Amino acid sequence: MSLTPAELTSAVAGGIGSSPQRPDGNLKVRGEFAYASDLWHEDMIWGATLRSPHPYARILSIDLTEALQVPGVYAVLTHEDVRGKNRYGLEHKDQPVLAEDIVRYQGEPVALVGADHPETAQRAMKRIKVKYEVLTPVVDMETAVDDTPLHPGGNLVRHVPVRRGDQHAEAEVVVTGRYEVGMQDQAFLGPESGLAVPAEDGGVDLYIATQWLHVDQGQVAAALGLPLERVRLTLSGVGGAFGGREDLSMQVHACLLALHTGKPTKMVYNREESFYGHVHRHPAVLYYEHGADRTGKLVYVKARIYLDGGAYASSTPAVVANSATLGVGPYDVDNVTVDCWGVFTNNPPCGAMRGFGAVQSAFAYESQMDKLAEALGMDPVDVRIVNAMSEGSVMPTGQVVDSAAPVAQLLKLVKDKPMPPLSTAVDLRDMPGGVSNTTHGEGVVRGVGYAVGIKNICFSEGYDDYSTARVRLQIINGEPAALAHTAAAEVGQGLVTIMQQIVRTELGVERVTILPMDTSIGNGGSTSASRQTYVTGGAVKAACAAVREKLAKLAGGRDLAGVDLVGLLGDDVIDETVEWRHRATEPIDPETGQGNAHVQYGFAAHRAVVDVDVELGLVKVVELDCAQDVGKALNPQAVLGQIQGGSAQGLGLAVMEEIQTEGGKVRNPSFTDYLIPTVLDMPPMSIDVLELADPNAPYGVRGVGEPPTISSTPAIVAAIRAATGLALTRVPVRPEHITGT
Amino acid sequence: MDFLRPDTLAEALALKAQRPDAVPIAGGTDVMVELNFDHRRPAALLDLTRIAELRSWDSAGGNGDGGTVRIGSGVPYTRIIDELGDRLPGLAMASRTVGSPQIRNRGTVGGNLGAASPAGDTHPVLLAGDATVEAASTRGTRLIPATEFYLGVKRHALEPDELITAVHVPVTRAPQQFAKVGTRNAMVIAVCSFAVALHPARQRVGAAVGSAAPTPRRASAAEEFLSAELTSANQWESPKPLLDSVKRRFGELVAEAANPIDDVRGSAAYRKHALSVLARRTLDWAWRDYSEKVT
Repeated sequence: MSLTPAELTSAVAGGIGSSPQRPDGNLKVRGEFAYASDLWHEDMIWGATLRSPHPYARILSIDLTEALQVPGVYAVLTHEDVRGKNRYGLEHKDQPVLAEDIVRYQGEPVALVGADHPETAQRAMKRIKVKYEVLTPVVDMETAVDDTPLHPGGNLVRHVPVRRGDQHAEAEVVVTGRYEVGMQDQAFLGPESGLAVPAEDGGVDLYIATQWLHVDQGQVAAALGLPLERVRLTLSGVGGAFGGREDLSMQVHACLLALHTGKPTKMVYNREESFYGHVHRHPAVLYYEHGADRTGKLVYVKARIYLDGGAYASSTPAVVANSATLGVGPYDVDNVTVDCWGVFTNNPPCGAMRGFGAVQSAFAYESQMDKLAEALGMDPVDVRIVNAMSEGSVMPTGQVVDSAAPVAQLLKLVKDKPMPPLSTAVDLRDMPGGVSNTTHGEGVVRGVGYAVGIKNICFSEGYDDYSTARVRLQIINGEPAALAHTAAAEVGQGLVTIMQQIVRTELGVERVTILPMDTSIGNGGSTSASRQTYVTGGAVKAACAAVREKLAKLAGGRDLAGVDLVGLLGDDVIDETVEWRHRATEPIDPETGQGNAHVQYGFAAHRAVVDVDVELGLVKVVELDCAQDVGKALNPQAVLGQIQGGSAQGLGLAVMEEIQTEGGKVRNPSFTDYLIPTVLDMPPMSIDVLELADPNAPYGVRGVGEPPTISSTPAIVAAIRAATGLALTRVPVRPEHITGT
Repeated sequence: MDFLRPDTLAEALALKAQRPDAVPIAGGTDVMVELNFDHRRPAALLDLTRIAELRSWDSAGGNGDGGTVRIGSGVPYTRIIDELGDRLPGLAMASRTVGSPQIRNRGTVGGNLGAASPAGDTHPVLLAGDATVEAASTRGTRLIPATEFYLGVKRHALEPDELITAVHVPVTRAPQQFAKVGTRNAMVIAVCSFAVALHPARQRVGAAVGSAAPTPRRASAAEEFLSAELTSANQWESPKPLLDSVKRRFGELVAEAANPIDDVRGSAAYRKHALSVLARRTLDWAWRDYSEKVT
C-alpha cells in the first residue's frame, strides 16, 4: 500500500450544477481506495494505548518494568516522555496527551507502547502496572457545577445567556416541558488511524485521517515541542468524520513513539477503542416554556439548556453558543430568555457532531411546537407557519437574517407531498421489527409528524474563518491542464469533486487534477459546520479568478472566451494561491447574547410517516421526506446524498443510537449494542431541493450537510407520538418508553 | 496460538483429544470477533472447514413427519434457508434472522451451539422442535437432547475432548414459528426471542425462549397448558380459532418461564412483556396455518 495518497485526476467532465462522478468513486466501490488504516511503511512499528478503566481516579504509580521486558517492545512512554506541552484542545488546551496524576474519564490515555507487532504491543500494554485511587465520578450535568471541581476553574465550561425583549412577558397559552437527548456517536466506519514517520530534520511526517490538518499540526507541534515547519501532515484516506475527527486522537501518540524510537509508527484503533478514542454528541437536558396567544403566535420562549461536555472542553464552548443562539428555532419570537450551560463531568468527552448544539435544542423546541399545537387545537404545521421566520426576520441575538429563510415554504412542501399508502400485503421488510418476524400487522399504528430546523453555517462569533487554495494552469501534452491544491479535508463528502467542478467552470478546462491535501499549503479550515463548499469552494473560485487575471494580462486585453489557451500559454505556467474569507462575524455579548454571530443560516423541514408496533414498542419509519434550501446545488447528486445521510443520522438518534453510560462508564462500546440504521430502517426519501441563492456566498451556496440531521429526529418522534399518544420526551425512543416497561 | 487444520473428522477428533484447549472454528463469525477484540486468546484453534462431512446434511427416515434431518455442524445458515426451509420451517425462520447475508454465508448452527450464547438465534427452535445435538470424540458418538445441552451462560454439555458434529432436527410439515425482538429492523442481536412448534402427531406444543434467561430454555408450563387445552377440546382433529383467553394465558406462562436481566439491550420487564406478545402472536400464526391445513 502506498504511503502517499494518489493525485486524483478525473476523466469525467462537468462543471458546477452537474453531477460528475467522484474522482475516487471507482476506487472506493472496488475496495481499492487506501484508507488511513491501510498505511504501510518498511520497518514500521505499531503503537498501542493504555487507557484508564476508571472515569475518575488518581494515579498513584505507574510501573513499566514488565512491559519493557517483552521481546519486540521498542518503547513504553508516559506523560514524562511528552517533549512539549502536555496539553491540547480545540478551544481550551486542557487535555493531557498522556494523563499525569489524575484521569477524568474512562478511556483516557495513560501510557503508550511501541512494538514490532500489534499483538506484541497489546501484550506489553497489559503488563504495565498502574495503581489508581478510585474517586467518585461527577456524572450529573444538572448539578455538576456545584459538584467536585474536575478542573482548576471549576466545572462550568461556558454559560451563554440570550436575552431579547420583555423578560416578563405573559401569554394566554403556556406549554412547558423537560426533554432529554442521549449521547450519540458519529459512528464513522473508518476507525482512527495514522502513520508517523520520523524525518531527517528531527521533525516528523504524519499521514492521518482528520478533519482539519492545520489545527492538528499546531496541537501536535506544541505537544512535541517542535516548530510548526517540522511537523508536516498529509491527509490519508478518511472513512467518515461527522465531527468526531476534529479533536486529536492518536496524532501526538504516534509522533511521540516515532520520534522516541526513530521508527515509522502506525496506530489503528479497533471499533471498541474508537468508542473511547473520540468525542461524542453532547447529551442534553432541556427545560422549555412557550407562551403564545390564541392564534398560535408565540409571545415568548424561555429555555434552560444543560449540555454534558464530559471530562474535557473540546468544542463545548461553540456547541453551547449554537444551542443558545438557535435555541428557539426558525421562528419569530419577540421575547426570549435562553440560558445554556456546558459543563465538565466524568462522562466521556463530548464535542463536535453534525448539527452540534442545534440538534439538541431542535428536539426540545419542535416537541414544544407540537405541544403548543395540541394545546391550541391547531394543526402542527399551521402553528409553525404562523411563527415561521423569513428573510428580514430578527434572531434572538438581534441579528437580521439577510438572505432567504423559506421556513414556511419548506413546511408546505413536505406537508403537500402525497401520503404513502397503508400496506396491504405482509412483507416483513416493511414491518416494525423487520425481518425478525415480530408482527404481521398486529398492534401496528401509523403516525405522521413534522419538524423544521435551523443551523448556522461556517464558523461563528468573530472567528477568522478562511481557506487557502492554489490553482495552477499549464499546457500538458498539447492540452490545458489545471491543478488544484488545498489543505481542506476530504472526509467522504465530495469536496474533491466540487473542487474539480469549480475549476472546470471557472477556467473552462476539462482536465483537472486534485493534489493530496497536506500542510505544505496554507490552512483550509475545518471540514465541519457545513463550510467546505462555501469556504474552500470560495477559495478555489477566487484562485481561479486570480489565474484568469494573469491570463487576461497575457492576452493583452483580448476577450478570453475566444482565446486559444494552448497558444496563449505556450510553456508558461500560471500558479496562484489565494486566501479567501467569508464575511466577518462578531462575538456575542456575554450578558445578553446579542451580536451578529453567524455567517449564514441553513433550513430543512421533514415529514416523517411511521408505523409503530404499540404492543412491542418497535418502529418502522415508512417515509422521511425532506425539503431544504441549498442556495445553489453545485453537485445535485451530492446534495441529495448529504440530505439522505443527514436524515438517516437523525433517524438513528430518534430510535436507536445512544452511548449508554453508568457512573461514567460506557456500557455499549461495540456495533453489536450501539446500533446505527440499516437499509431496512431508513426509507427511500422524496426530497425537494430549493435553490434560493445567498448573495453573500460563492455561487449563492448555502451549507447542506447539517440541517437535515436537525429536523429529522423531532419529525420522527412527533410521528411516534401521533401513533401512540405518548409524551416521549427523550431520544432515542426505546421500546420500553412506548410499552411502559 | 497454534492453528490446527485437520482434513478428516477422525483427525479432528484425535487433535481435540490431544488438545482439549483447542477452540473449534467453522465460519468464524463469533470466534474471530472475540480474537479481533482481544477478548480471547486460546492456545490453539481447530479449523473444521476442511472436513467435508461436517458440511453436508442428510435425511434419515424419509422427508415426511417422523423423519429426521441430520445437519452437519459446518452447514451455513444460507444453505439451511435455501435447502431445508420446507422440512425445517422453524430453523429456517430463525436462520433468516441471523446477521447479514455475509454472516449467514459463513455462520453455522454448529457454531451457534458451540458458543451457547443465551442470545443465539437458533436455540429456541432447536428446543421447541425437539432437536438433538450429536457430539463425537475418539471415545465415540453420543446424542444430547437440546433440552440437556445448555448448562449456563455460554456453557454447554460437551466434554473437553468432544466436537459438535451435527444437529438432528425432526422433519415436520406442521407449523413452526420464530420471532425475535431487536431495536433495529435487521442485523440485530436478540433482546428476546421465542419459538413455537406444533407437534400434531403427539398432540404436543413446543415452546422456548431465548435471550431471556442464563440459557435458552423451554417454557414447559406454557407447553403443558396449551397441549392440554388443545387435546381436551379435541382441537387437533377439528381445529377452531383459539380463544383470546387461551392465547393470553399461554403468553403469560411463556413470560413466566423467562428469568431475564436488565441490561444495555433492554429491561427485564420489557423482555417479559415482549415475550408474552411474541408468544400470543406466533401461536396465532401457527394455529391459523394448522387450521387451514387440516380443514
